[in-house]
Amino acid sequence: MKDGATRDGYGVALVELGASNPDVVVLDSGVSDSSRTKPFGQKYPERFFNMGISEGDMVCTAAGLATTGKIPFATTFACFLLGRSMDQILVSVAYSNTNVKLAGTHTGIAVGEDGPSAQMIVDIAYTRAIPNMIVIQPGDWEEARQATHALANYKGPAYLRLGRAKLKALYDKSHKFEIGKGHVLKKGRDVVIFATGCLLQESLKAMEDLQNENISPTLVNISTIKPIDSALIVKLAQEHGAVITAEDHNKFGGLGDAVGDVLLENNIHVPFKKIAVKDQFAETGTAAQLFEKYGLSANHVAKAVKEILQQKNS
Amino acid sequence: MEGATKAPEEISKLVNIAREIRRTSLRTIHRAGSGHPGGSLSAADILTDLFFGGVMKYDPQNPNDPDRDRFLLSKGHASALYFTILAKAGFFPEKELESYRKINSPLFLSGHAHPKTPGVEIASGSLGQGLSVAHGIALGARLDNRNYKVFVVLGDGELQEGQIWEAAMSAVKFKSTNLTAIVDFNKVCQDNLTKDLKDLEPLEDKWRAFGWDTYRIDGHNMQEIHHTLKIPPHAEKPRVIIADTIKGKGVSFMEGQPGWHGVAPSDEELAKALKELE
Repeated sequence: MKDGATRDGYGVALVELGASNPDVVVLDSGVSDSSRTKPFGQKYPERFFNMGISEGDMVCTAAGLATTGKIPFATTFACFLLGRSMDQILVSVAYSNTNVKLAGTHTGIAVGEDGPSAQMIVDIAYTRAIPNMIVIQPGDWEEARQATHALANYKGPAYLRLGRAKLKALYDKSHKFEIGKGHVLKKGRDVVIFATGCLLQESLKAMEDLQNENISPTLVNISTIKPIDSALIVKLAQEHGAVITAEDHNKFGGLGDAVGDVLLENNIHVPFKKIAVKDQFAETGTAAQLFEKYGLSANHVAKAVKEILQQKNS
Repeated sequence: MEGATKAPEEISKLVNIAREIRRTSLRTIHRAGSGHPGGSLSAADILTDLFFGGVMKYDPQNPNDPDRDRFLLSKGHASALYFTILAKAGFFPEKELESYRKINSPLFLSGHAHPKTPGVEIASGSLGQGLSVAHGIALGARLDNRNYKVFVVLGDGELQEGQIWEAAMSAVKFKSTNLTAIVDFNKVCQDNLTKDLKDLEPLEDKWRAFGWDTYRIDGHNMQEIHHTLKIPPHAEKPRVIIADTIKGKGVSFMEGQPGWHGVAPSDEELAKALKELE
């Protein structure tokens, strides 16, 4: 079990892939220290392309490399990777269906002190809406490592949502990450929480507190946000009769909407709550302060659980 | 550096091919009822030499040959020209051009090209991306120790996109000498004259300042085009060929007219144009 940021699991996986897969190449936009691509670059300099601060150029260069059979991981802060390059991603990656992996680090308000211009809270919405694109947010260091390997073996465009914050380990090496599969972290009753990324940590904390009140929700890690594990969501929503989604992302277009779509399309009408950023820009501050103020902390998860149980039982 | 020259009869053969390409491009746009004649006619001579002058190495029977030279049309709106060239080069039968811009087009002959069409490397339609993609392919050649070259045709208008200059810096940084960019400098955009939107001049100075091996030629002089395209790669710089061209070249009433950027000719206009191109 290894604690660590998902960006760190990603960086380690890239170095492993450098040895095991000669087609893997890595591109960065001048932030290789922070994005954790630097160790790959030092070990495999001929397969590492630091494009400087020019994200659109990076994404299209990656697309060109992909047409020659390479497996490019184009990496930088999510704000700029997607914000600067949406057009390039649409035309040269998604529509062209090139085998480009887009890895966005520094996601969510968990980024903290750098402020809202560096806190990417619309990336799941952006990428979910793109045909041909799959969207993955690993839950911890180990899952990030495994997801990176899985993406190298997956043919097609993908967005990997990574974070800066150090996370407590959820998994050890025996975990088997699989694209498209959710994973039940804790089996409980009465309400199911579908969470992704660092909201898994907040949910676990909330569940410790709720234990004292004899409330034990089921917690599911949704690390593949697209294609989402509809079968698992339907089954658990029906079993529990109340659904909460939790993510460090704006409330529109993220995991909450993805789960909501599944429920509506399957005629499942149960109490439903989203824990997400409430359609606003946050501010500077520590991640913990922001999570408290903007509704993503364990306290807010616990509150949502109690409210939804009340709703369910009323 | 010296390139190759062709015998006059070889050149006149190419000129005839280019005329035929122009005629087919215009017929294809006319049949579709929409398209971009001006920028197709301006780039016709350049593409003719690339594909039929013995510049590019390709095998239409094996369009994915890993050793093929790569061609990208970054100014994707000149798709009627692109598809006409690919058809004449044997990537698909010329009859397929009848489905250009039509729903259920079997080879996906869309308003802007897509790799579902044999011979097409990447989708286009958003200006400014092609040079970066071409450079990515050039880097792929180096990683695989392959000797193929990458040619990309850019429009002059798209040089107003910042990404072109990002890519210009990248290709110099990585010493991508297997990359040749050709600017179809036809001086006219959709809205207006290029210089009235954003003046590109002094254009050679700009590319030289970015570190490129820079040439400027008459983009309708087949001998000059061929000679320059055949110059061996520079030892450490990528190459740009700025080709001065005329938008709508070959059809008097289209030449230099922004109005002919994205409009299909009527029956009478087509007849008149084809007569001029006899």
